Amino acid sequence: MESVQKKGYVIHKLEPAPIHSVKPEKMQKEPVIVDEEGARRRTQRIVGIGRLTVGLLIVLCWELFTRIGWMDSYYWSSPVRILSTTWTQVTQGTLLEDIAYTSSSTILGFIGGTLIGSLLGLSFWWSRRFAGISEPFLILLNAMPKLALAPVLVILLGIGFFSKVALAFAMTVVVAALSAHSGVQSVDKDMEKLMYSLGAKRHQVFTKVVIPWAMPWMISSLRINIALSLAGAIVGEFIASSHGIGRMVIYAGTILDINLVWVGVVVLSVLSMVMYAGVVLLEKWLSKGYGMKKA
Amino acid sequence: MKAKIEIAGVSKWFRRDGQEIIAMQETNLSIEQGRFVSIIGPSGCGKSTLFNIIAGLIPPSTGRVLADGEDIVGKTGYVGYMLQKDMLLPWRTILDNIILGMEIRGVPRKEAVARAQPLMDRYGLKGFGGHYPAELSGGMRQRAALLRTLLYDRDIILLDEPFGALDAQTRLTMQNWLLEIWEDFRKTVLFVTHDIDEAIYLSDDIYVFSGRPGRIISKISVDMPRPRHKEDTVSASFMELKAHLLDLLSGGGEEPAAHIS
Repeated sequence: MESVQKKGYVIHKLEPAPIHSVKPEKMQKEPVIVDEEGARRRTQRIVGIGRLTVGLLIVLCWELFTRIGWMDSYYWSSPVRILSTTWTQVTQGTLLEDIAYTSSSTILGFIGGTLIGSLLGLSFWWSRRFAGISEPFLILLNAMPKLALAPVLVILLGIGFFSKVALAFAMTVVVAALSAHSGVQSVDKDMEKLMYSLGAKRHQVFTKVVIPWAMPWMISSLRINIALSLAGAIVGEFIASSHGIGRMVIYAGTILDINLVWVGVVVLSVLSMVMYAGVVLLEKWLSKGYGMKKA
Repeated sequence: MKAKIEIAGVSKWFRRDGQEIIAMQETNLSIEQGRFVSIIGPSGCGKSTLFNIIAGLIPPSTGRVLADGEDIVGKTGYVGYMLQKDMLLPWRTILDNIILGMEIRGVPRKEAVARAQPLMDRYGLKGFGGHYPAELSGGMRQRAALLRTLLYDRDIILLDEPFGALDAQTRLTMQNWLLEIWEDFRKTVLFVTHDIDEAIYLSDDIYVFSGRPGRIISKISVDMPRPRHKEDTVSASFMELKAHLLDLLSGGGEEPAAHIS
């Protein structure tokens, strides 16, 4: 077939493609299939082993260096001594009660601060004036070092449980409010418009669009807030308390029992990690409905 | 025939930096029941403003909007409304998005699903009800968005450049799909577009808006028989009308309502 010249355009003739440009013996016998899943599993295994090795190495070096005197065991204690002190504290002391005390004030403050803060942030959707008036104060509260308020809170609420909860609450509430506020601000105006065009009332727009839209923002503040909340509870115990890990650390410091200080640090680290894992589970549960990306 | 929608002396002014800016000059439209009416015009001519006014989302500065002889200024929920963006809620499945309008009206879920399911099966969303919007192509999402508007069950549907974000081929498929639905349901459709071909191919009547501040400079009726086919888009009368509209839009000036067949 020859190319055809039409008025204003040309239809070209196509050359048949040469079929045997590659010789059969040069072609691969087996198709190449990349085992992506296997590669990922191997990487995962190596990462796991690597983490374990590094962790063990740190503990081993710590123990070794304090024994041979490269690190002063008076200040640095040692893993074995920390473990034995922990055991004594669990069996003869009040370590378990202290853990319960610190974690419950942390969790209560975290829940209260996150709930109330998120509600406050969400409420800014209802009135632009209310949001505009509140905003600078929220930023001021965020900038203010809440821990400096600790003495006032302890004097106000006493040295008991509630001053710690209040401090954990104060640490988290502003972050939660600001996160929810950004979430609310990101709601697509056209989406609201569409809802109204479907005859929705304001409360329907709020529950069906605004809250789910702001949810990822609120969820993202949870991880920060659990750590802040724990810090608040511990500082509260530093100031004045008769229970808790924070009190134990301060007490151990004043009687120069460095081993016990280390026990406090280790226990708090573990506590913090456990709570973090709890929050990650909570996040997973909360974002279950958000199958936006393929699950 | 009695007018389904009547827009009488509607205009829109804004005040910005102490100056009064006119977005849309006084506009009169009268649309008969069951017609497919397109509005074309350059960007910023106030087409979307007009739609927002008809949908009751913003009040006009002057004039009245009547639907079936009833004043609907500032009343939402009288017309179905669809935008260029599909506006599907990403955390809801396609099915749950489609029944959103009914859910807002308080229709029980079971009943809503029973009504949505046959439409989804019939109009190309069979088996996609459980998927999330992010898993679907742009064309499929627009189908879902249109079915949601359709199931809202209003006689009047406003479509604001619904296919503007789609590629040319999907767009053609969607146009035929829309015509099919329109033939089946005979709703009164108001359709905004930038695309002259699309306006001619779909419409009974075309209103041409001038540039900012917008006003109607021409009304044209397309008498091409239905159902229309893609061959019609290269017919001589189609080309003639297209040339005429291009002329009008590029500032060919004002003229009385023309009638081209």
